[in-house]
Amino acid sequence: MKRYLICLLLPIGLWWHSAAHAALNVLACEPEWGALVAELAGDKAAIHVATTPRQDPHRIEARPSLIARARNADLLVCNGAELEIGWLPLLQRESGNPRVQPGQPGWFEAAQYVELIEKPSSLDRSAGDVHAAGNPHFHVDPRNLLPVATALAARLAEIDAANAAHYQHRLTDFRQRWQAAITRWEQRAAPLRGMPVAVQHKNWSYLLRWLGMKAVIDLEPKSGVEPSAAYLAEVVQRLRQTPVRMVLRASYHSPRPAQWVAQHSGIAAVELPFTVGASEQATDLFGVYDDIIERLLEASQ
Amino acid sequence: MKRIALAIAACCAAPVGAAENHSFNPDISLILQGRYLNAEDIAERHITGFLPAGHDHGSERGFSLDHSELMLSANIDQAFRGQANFAVADGEVEIEEAWFQTLGLGQGFTVKGGRFLSGIGYSNEQHPHAWDFADQSLVYQALFGAHLIQDGVQLRWLTPTTTFIEFGVEAARGQFFPGAEAGGDKNGAGSTAAFVHIGDDWNESHSWRAGLSYLHAAPKARESHLEDASETEALTVFSGDSNTWLVDFVWKWAPDGNSRERNFKLQAEYFQREEKGELTCADNSADGGVCNDTTGRYNADQSGFYAQAVYQFMPRWRVGYRYDRLDSGTVDFGANAGLLEHTDYQPTRHGLMLDYSPSEFSRLRLQLTRDESMRGVTDNQVTLQYAMSLGAHGAHRF
Repeated sequence: MKRYLICLLLPIGLWWHSAAHAALNVLACEPEWGALVAELAGDKAAIHVATTPRQDPHRIEARPSLIARARNADLLVCNGAELEIGWLPLLQRESGNPRVQPGQPGWFEAAQYVELIEKPSSLDRSAGDVHAAGNPHFHVDPRNLLPVATALAARLAEIDAANAAHYQHRLTDFRQRWQAAITRWEQRAAPLRGMPVAVQHKNWSYLLRWLGMKAVIDLEPKSGVEPSAAYLAEVVQRLRQTPVRMVLRASYHSPRPAQWVAQHSGIAAVELPFTVGASEQATDLFGVYDDIIERLLEASQ
Repeated sequence: MKRIALAIAACCAAPVGAAENHSFNPDISLILQGRYLNAEDIAERHITGFLPAGHDHGSERGFSLDHSELMLSANIDQAFRGQANFAVADGEVEIEEAWFQTLGLGQGFTVKGGRFLSGIGYSNEQHPHAWDFADQSLVYQALFGAHLIQDGVQLRWLTPTTTFIEFGVEAARGQFFPGAEAGGDKNGAGSTAAFVHIGDDWNESHSWRAGLSYLHAAPKARESHLEDASETEALTVFSGDSNTWLVDFVWKWAPDGNSRERNFKLQAEYFQREEKGELTCADNSADGGVCNDTTGRYNADQSGFYAQAVYQFMPRWRVGYRYDRLDSGTVDFGANAGLLEHTDYQPTRHGLMLDYSPSEFSRLRLQLTRDESMRGVTDNQVTLQYAMSLGAHGAHRF
């Protein structure tokens, strides 16, 4: 319940906190990008976050409330790489807002500043929920936030030139703290290197690659396709031959598949905070990775 | 360390370009839709007490192919976006939509021009593959055939409030029911519409939208087939004014706003239509009828509604129920009163559906319908339907 409250209140809190001295109206598609804007803009932006950590950013509807937010936004900050393809184009079209249209400074797509992995060699929907540009869940590797933060600060400065120095100063400060945190996380996570794990959905690929862990098996038969009971039984069989230490899932996914596999193969099912607000510890961007690593270490004991 | 960081920053601030679209091709999507229908053998289906709204799709018994839909859309340039939607059936291609729309005109304004699905009501803008049932609600069938298509212009304005409030007006040719081809043949508009939509989130889990719409059409020589007092088919020709009010409401729920596992949708629309003008009943004495080309007053005041609930009880599976009810209301045939009889009747229909969607792109549906839209007939129908979407990932409206 407490965790639920934090999830609910955090985006509102961010918005409320900054609304008092707002200069820029920012609509962030996901909590991680809302939090990054907050790091870079401080009190210069009023931030509204379109989704919560309990929601699957791929399955959001273009709700009237979101269209109304897009109408007044000076800047739209989204993940990109087709993650929001089912709803974001509608927000842009229905908003009647020229500032946030594709190609305009008010439209910021984080994926444009990152090298994506797992690009499909052929595009065929029989392979499941395929993203042509590559795996869109790149923010779980904190190194990817550096180029995004730099580009985002430049964009904030472009839109709100009067405060350009403010954004540059906060970027420099954020980069220093972030670099130091990455070093700290990498040291702390050193024991995890080489560890085999199972994932419920392919949204941890960047994290595992960063920490040198190995995703041995997916609980989904095809990406984005819910596993059947028969398929999960097959997964348990395969895990007898190639054992893993834990099975990972994000909070917006059903706990059932991971728990079932964990019970039947005697391993730990680990819920990791996928974004800001997804756990009690993940109150800001730093907290997300702190908590992810602590939970992984705890489960590996 | 700081210098290195800034150097990295400089090198990486340029777009890597991973998410860029590299072609100018429009998004193309093709909808395949078909069904098996088990129903009573009725030669001419019509809703009792209402002037028929032209042809009715998808009432063939047995196996049949609904029309297939081909949709193309793209941004035209920095100012406009365009979309075309072709409904393809044996020997015919219907242009369902072909429009351009402004991209961010500013101040919340959007202008659309061409042929488009009118913004009135809630489900009017939904294409058949997005319907929650295998057929359109009786209200829309009686009112527009299936949905109201406009050839003209639409202006929408979204207010700068945090609550969604949208106003829209349309001016169009008005050749589709309740308009008529000849009614559009003039300077100015044969059909005008206005609507307001209001919506918001109640909290994280609940969201809603409500609307009020008005449509005016001025049909000239609108032809409809009716049975006269001797139960012989007669051709009626109506000219006058047709004014319709629509009220719509939709409420959606998903736990924590995460519709992945479970979600619920409640939707209802009510309409009230008043038609005033002159009606001619063409001479059908050669067929044994009683009509004799008399032209007289025609005043009709009719209403109807539907309410439906759809529940996704587990991933991929949904169940839904819809109740349709119309009121044929009061109809005054004037000088034709003895020749054409108004049937005072409340057409109703119950629909129960179960559908299964292996992915966002495919859907299989079973629907049981108890159709009492024709007086004296209780038609228990079974429909098996598929709707498949090939190509571009669609973005559906709320």
